[in-house]
Amino acid sequence: MATNSLFRPLQGPSSTPARSVKIEFDGRALQVQEGVSVAAALLSAGVSRFRTSVVSETPRAPYCMMGVCFECLVEIDGQASRQSCLVQVRDGMKIQTQRGPRALTDGTEAGNE
Amino acid sequence: MNTSDLLVIGGGLVGASVALGAARSGLKVTVLDEDDVAFRASRGNFGLVWVQSKGFTLPDYARWSLASAQSWPELSAYLKERTGIDVELKQPGGLHLCLSQEEMDTRKERLQWLQDEVGPHYQFEMLDYDELRKRVPLVGPDVVGATYTPMDGHTNPLKLFRALYDAAGKEGVQFKTGCGTEDISYANGIFTVKAGGKVWQAPKLVLAAGLGNNKLAPKVGLYAPVEPNRGEVLISERLRPMLSYPTNFVRQTDEGTVQIGDSHEDVGFDDGTITSVLGGIAKRGIKCFPILANANLVRAWAALRVMSPDGYPIYQASESHPGAFVVTCHSGVTLAANHVMRIAPWIAGGAYPDAIREFKGDRFLNKNLVFTNGH
Ligand SMILES: Cc1cc2nc3c(=O)[nH]c(=O)nc-3n(C[C@H](O)[C@H](O)[C@H](O)COP(=O)(O)OP(=O)(O)OC[C@H]3O[C@@H](n4cnc5c(N)ncnc54)[C@H](O)[C@@H]3O)c2cc1C
Ligand code: FES
Repeated sequence: MATNSLFRPLQGPSSTPARSVKIEFDGRALQVQEGVSVAAALLSAGVSRFRTSVVSETPRAPYCMMGVCFECLVEIDGQASRQSCLVQVRDGMKIQTQRGPRALTDGTEAGNE
Repeated sequence: MNTSDLLVIGGGLVGASVALGAARSGLKVTVLDEDDVAFRASRGNFGLVWVQSKGFTLPDYARWSLASAQSWPELSAYLKERTGIDVELKQPGGLHLCLSQEEMDTRKERLQWLQDEVGPHYQFEMLDYDELRKRVPLVGPDVVGATYTPMDGHTNPLKLFRALYDAAGKEGVQFKTGCGTEDISYANGIFTVKAGGKVWQAPKLVLAAGLGNNKLAPKVGLYAPVEPNRGEVLISERLRPMLSYPTNFVRQTDEGTVQIGDSHEDVGFDDGTITSVLGGIAKRGIKCFPILANANLVRAWAALRVMSPDGYPIYQASESHPGAFVVTCHSGVTLAANHVMRIAPWIAGGAYPDAIREFKGDRFLNKNLVFTNGH
């Protein structure tokens, strides 16, 4: 996992620094900006592999950042196949790389909203 | 002037199958297809290679479907060898899930009738809920049972479509798009077609234009009164393999997608989707396999079936315009093997396949008959 991110948050007009929250990605603690999507948070923390694709199991990362391409899928708090570009980060969130196709379970998945 | 031995009008699954088979028989073939405004069942279907209960009231159709299913492994092996494309044919047998005892009873009656007509090799099993659950543990408690027949299967219809085009191209078939055909004329044994701003000529012509056949057929002395029937389907995210049999209503593709369908709507030339219909499809899918309630859906679409009044195919050679044929059907995936291996060689000059004698379009001219289709 790279730590030098290609992405920087834009500097807003206010001079107060953005607040941060703590999340976990594949077991590693990350300090990220509050109020952004999980995808944006992970990208700015230098994460470059979000999942492996279903058919060829090759690495994938967010592409459209607007809910269309499904490239940004990760497991969030135990629930697989979340589009990370559409979910806002929350303090304490546990996120994991999604590997290959999701296995459906019987509806008792942790973190089901 | 563009000349060939055979012009095929329509480049859907049916036209591509016929073109491939005719080229393999040695003909120089040109396919004229409309552009992307066209209604194309071939790009929106369910991918079943399906035999069970087809042909209730017309056993020739059951035989015809069964023969195609039996030839499918040969077609799929040929396509793999010629194009490198695996069309993912799987024929583990298929399940028709029943949600009421009444439906079970009707299906038993129909399948028994078909077996009596077609012969003991037309096999089926009636599975009650417990028996079904042994084979398909994910099935829901609202399912009463299922009928199983070992001859059913499924394929990836888009890979099939691509492989047919690729193989046909390798056999020398020319595909021309943007060639919506408006006019066909016939003189001295030659058909002249105006399409895409050009003129095309050949001594043989096949109408394989799906819903377009209705208007084109009378121009060459044929009759093909096909009408649109809309089917909507839901598409899930790709999931770990969980369904080992295709069913009439839910199947999982080789790549993990679960396809849930489909509706039967008489709404004319309208291929839009409707939330209430899609909701009904989702509900029924969840009834069959409750675990699907947790699946994410990524797409929904509708496509128009090409329906004849009795639901059976139309294959006919024109008497008034020798050299002209119409080939159209509802189940263009299932029948692809027959179209490549039996219909095309006949069109190319071979013997008339006796198996299709019940499928002439002229049957619909009989004013004393009332038609219903069971699809
Ligand atoms: C929802 C749904 C589910 C289905 N599921 C299955 C299944 O599981 N198994 C199965 O076997 N079948 C299934 N079918 C049916 C199958 O898809 C069709 O039988 C098959 O695609 C028909 O192919 P076609 O080439 O006749 O028609 P189309 O795919 O409609 O192609 C007709 C072609 O003709 C062209 N055309 C039309 N008019 C003209 C003109 N005037 N000039 C030039 N070109 C013209 C169009 O451009 C088009 O490309 C399903 C259909 C639907 C809608
Ligand atoms: S990045 Fe495209 S859906 Fe999330």
